[in-house]
Amino acid sequence: MGSTGTLQLVRRVITAPTVGPFIALVATMAFFSLRTDRFFQAQNFSLVLQQVMIVGVLAIGQTLVILTAGIDLSVGTVMALGQVIMTKLAVANGVPAVPALLLGILTCVGFGALNGGLVTGVRLPPFIVTLGTLNIAFALTHIVSNDLTFTDLPKLELFWGRTFTISGTDFTYGVVLMLILYAITWYGLNETAWGRHVYAVGDNREAARLTGINTNRVLLSVYLLAGLTYGIAAWLLVGRTEVGDPNAGQTTENLDSITAVVLGGTSLFGGRGTIIGTLIGALIVGVFRNGLTLIGVSVIYQYLVTGILVILAVSIDQLTHRRPA
Amino acid sequence: MNSAEPILEAHGLVKKYGQVVALNGAEFELYPGEILAIIGDNGAGKSTLIKALSGALQPDEGEIKLGGERVHFRSPRDARRAGIETVYQDLAVAPALDIASNVFLGRETRRRGLVGRLLRILDKRGMRREAARHFQELGIAVQSIGEAVENLSGGQRQGVAVARAAAWARRLVIMDEPTAALGVKETGQVLELIKRVRERGLPVILISHDMPHVFELADRIHIMRLGRRVAVVTPKTHTMPEAVAIMTGATPSELDNILTKKGSDE
Repeated sequence: MGSTGTLQLVRRVITAPTVGPFIALVATMAFFSLRTDRFFQAQNFSLVLQQVMIVGVLAIGQTLVILTAGIDLSVGTVMALGQVIMTKLAVANGVPAVPALLLGILTCVGFGALNGGLVTGVRLPPFIVTLGTLNIAFALTHIVSNDLTFTDLPKLELFWGRTFTISGTDFTYGVVLMLILYAITWYGLNETAWGRHVYAVGDNREAARLTGINTNRVLLSVYLLAGLTYGIAAWLLVGRTEVGDPNAGQTTENLDSITAVVLGGTSLFGGRGTIIGTLIGALIVGVFRNGLTLIGVSVIYQYLVTGILVILAVSIDQLTHRRPA
Repeated sequence: MNSAEPILEAHGLVKKYGQVVALNGAEFELYPGEILAIIGDNGAGKSTLIKALSGALQPDEGEIKLGGERVHFRSPRDARRAGIETVYQDLAVAPALDIASNVFLGRETRRRGLVGRLLRILDKRGMRREAARHFQELGIAVQSIGEAVENLSGGQRQGVAVARAAAWARRLVIMDEPTAALGVKETGQVLELIKRVRERGLPVILISHDMPHVFELADRIHIMRLGRRVAVVTPKTHTMPEAVAIMTGATPSELDNILTKKGSDE
């Protein structure tokens, strides 16, 4: 280990894909810290994390899909449907909490299977498939719930919203679950052959197929796992809001999950990106929403800012990863 | 001509697409340790022949033998399992993945023991070491085996594909226009590489449009025309114009001239 070793280490740190998003996160936090005293406080960070946990978990599934050069527009409404099913079954149909939760999650996995099946079997573009399932899940949410909101939920359904305290600051169990899910996904993507195949399929699907990878099976596994994460996000949402709300998760979550992935440095062209980047991206989204609220920017401007952010991030992606013709 | 048994041979291959006859009773032999070039005009049946040999399609009639035993490849995967690897012209690599990951793509090795079996954790270090060894053996120079393939030149990228094929091929390597997408200098590098693959004892089937390369590399040249093998020549017995004449179907008298002239040599 001489100076070349150090130099290489420095080079690796600078070119690491998570450095850009990390700097953006720090800059965002610095900005809001200067604008308001209420931002840089332990209790506020705890709130940001609680807000981030749902988009954070959705963004895991979204990352997997985008890594394969796809996109999932159905995230928010699929989660909403899962949430309505798990609460309605428990409250209105007297189903015990465990099967109710399982059926809710299974519904989301089913939508993952539908998305994946259409993308691989019928070879439809993911954008169109998930635009369709977005609307199907949206309609089902309102049909199943009859536009009612479900309250008085069983304890188990509220578990992830419960908190524990570390040196005076509250954390929800849901945040811990989110971090565990990130760790598992990191392991899958970086340490297993499956992860390599996910990247390879998004990077050059034909090349992946020619090396003997069953690309359809990889894609299907990605959409199924994505559905599973939306199901878990539904449970987290129930824990956080303590109700089953047919109008939840249908506006901001879709764009926010994509924003988190893109801000985290994952390329919409597929094959490049990191799950840690997505976590940072989700935190950026959370800090933005929280900070803008704290400094009194109305919600409608938050939409404006998120929209601009996403286009900026995608532009950077396009300019840096433009493929040779 | 060649005393050894052919490693790969095909007899009477026929493939029809409706009215179009792509292969019309094609013969084929590849001998151990040689580079066999396949040339032919567009539509002569080269690529159909190669697809049949690599499992990408199934011939309607005829037989294929590998090492003397009859084989039926239903997919490229079958051919690969039998020890036949293919290098494609369009740089079939995953650019964002590093070199070692590309060499081992679809054949990743796991760590030994419980972490490998239970957690299915990849043996990244082992794969890097192996990939580096293959690169060294083939004389491909790269800065680091952990480099993303997109940072390499076109020639080096094709080098990755060739190294991957050479690493996994137990019987032979098929190279389908491996230099078609490359510049002059990079083409030279890949041609050198093909020679080194032969030096390692692996026979190579080379499909190419480029006559000078074919004549530089090939031990024998298999000429396709109208779905058949019309001749097998060598760079020693025939000139380029003669090979082209056979390939494009010169008039019978011209062809007679070429063939009889050479016939007396053998």
